[in-house]
Amino acid sequence: MSLPKFPDAETRHKKLVYIKNNWQLYVFFALPAVLLTFIFKYIPMGGLAIAFEDYNNRLGIFGSEWIWFENFQRFLSSTEFPRLMVNTLKLSVYGLLWGFFPPIILAILLSRVRRVGIRKKIQLLIYAPNFISVIVLAGMIIAFLSPVGPINAALGTQSNLMTDPAAFRPIYIISGIWQGAGWASIIYTAALSGVSGDLVDACNIDGASLLQQIWNVDIPTLKPIMVIQFILSAGQIMNIGFEKALALQTDLNRAASEIIPTYVYRLGLEIGDYGYSTAVGLFNAVINVVLLLAVNAIVSKLNDGEGL
Amino acid sequence: MESRQFYTRKDKVVLWCGYILLALFSLAVLVPLIYVVLASFIDPVVLTNQGISFMPEDWTLEGYRRVFQDDMIGRGFLNSFLYSTVFAVFSTVICLLAAYPLSLPQFVGRKAINTFFLITMFFGGGLMPTYLLVSNLNLINSPLALILPGAVNVWNIILARTYYKSIPLELHEAAALDGASELQYFFRILIPVCKPIIAVLVLYQFVGMWNSYFDAMIYLEDQSLQPLQLVIRSILVQNTPRPGMVADAQNAAMMAKIAEQLKYSTIVVSSLPLLVMYPFFQKYFEKGVMLGSVKG
Repeated sequence: MSLPKFPDAETRHKKLVYIKNNWQLYVFFALPAVLLTFIFKYIPMGGLAIAFEDYNNRLGIFGSEWIWFENFQRFLSSTEFPRLMVNTLKLSVYGLLWGFFPPIILAILLSRVRRVGIRKKIQLLIYAPNFISVIVLAGMIIAFLSPVGPINAALGTQSNLMTDPAAFRPIYIISGIWQGAGWASIIYTAALSGVSGDLVDACNIDGASLLQQIWNVDIPTLKPIMVIQFILSAGQIMNIGFEKALALQTDLNRAASEIIPTYVYRLGLEIGDYGYSTAVGLFNAVINVVLLLAVNAIVSKLNDGEGL
Repeated sequence: MESRQFYTRKDKVVLWCGYILLALFSLAVLVPLIYVVLASFIDPVVLTNQGISFMPEDWTLEGYRRVFQDDMIGRGFLNSFLYSTVFAVFSTVICLLAAYPLSLPQFVGRKAINTFFLITMFFGGGLMPTYLLVSNLNLINSPLALILPGAVNVWNIILARTYYKSIPLELHEAAALDGASELQYFFRILIPVCKPIIAVLVLYQFVGMWNSYFDAMIYLEDQSLQPLQLVIRSILVQNTPRPGMVADAQNAAMMAKIAEQLKYSTIVVSSLPLLVMYPFFQKYFEKGVMLGSVKG
């Protein structure tokens, strides 16, 4: 960022002339989005004030009693806090670690499929689950895992994994890989298709084995993208797929499936504890912003000074 | 890779291990999808007692009859189609417009407006304040509650801006020399060459709205307004098929079996439109990922 400048009269005049000559750019182009963003994004930020209130719907934001940090204290000292924190972190960190390599492996394998027709067919297939909705995915999981479903039939058991807290994270993560790994491989596939033929020729002349080629050509090609992808997903740790967790949540697996966002939803909209629920949501959002700022600083360093 | 690749015998072993791995993953994707389709045609009793059967007498269209006889499914389709179309068009127009001034280096206020949008990517009011706002605006039970809050998609603005910047500046200069105003340049020259990115944005927003359920769940209480995902949520996730679908079941056990089989038919019916269209649009979706990665 540059130091604040004191524009002299001339540059200020130039700017005014620009605005006057190009007023359409402001009114027709920028204004609609700015207005919508102000109303639906910035006004709710102001609404965060109720996190510091004993909010009462009848009295409204301006009439409710200020209790400052009481909601936060209540959350941090509640018996649920450690469990929610652990559940949220475990679900996203494990998801990140398990989900990170499959797309890379898929891209490397795809790039070695010689027949273009076959490669295209595989791509068409493995990208498809990305377009299945959260509800349909949850519905498939619930049906497959039902006591009378195919998985129990194949194993000869009668268990109901949807009610088992220990099964929740594996279900969530495996289904995430099933749905997303193919799609996430696109970006790596694109990078690999840019590997120059000269490098491959050089490898052949040097007599490098296939594994050596993958290690010395493919991996270094993918490395910058891997780093950025990893950091970007690390910056979303507190912001995980809430809709899917909610869809897969049952009363009985809540010990593992209750994460901070689903807790905010249940407390706020099902129980109606607006102020407290907002405070918990704000707590989560602040942690996420701190993570994101750290992440952006790292990305900027790695990406030649260019962050987001 | 155009260059010819030479493989030694050891390489070939490695290569085939890789192919097998790839085949296994592809099968893991394919098998559940095929299972759903097959199960959607099987008699409920047979399906829950012994699974997929290839005996002709175990095959039936009953599941589909039950799904289609319920008018909420049709209503859900119609609602989803309306919401997704309006949302995709409205949101894309807003984003295409907003991205244009942000792509001009000389635009006064570019940085401030940029920051104004970017902040909302990282921080927001969250669930309750947004809900209270929507309810104070009297948008509960209005489809506008689904369309307006998410219409400005900052990521899509970035995509559009990146695309505009890739258009040669000479085009803009030539238009300016010919006396075209910013508006004329945008609509007559820029937009026609931006069709690929427009297709990407419209498709992204359409699919995003089509597949979402949460906003509709909290904002639309009226049954007749519910989008498809919410209608099928009760069948698939909450295990409560709509009463009309299982009215002919003689007892609770039979009803449970029908409800189980019904899920597969529901999944097929609700996912088919998107999956059928998907191969035709695949290249656009892929393009979206590539464009995004430029600024990754």
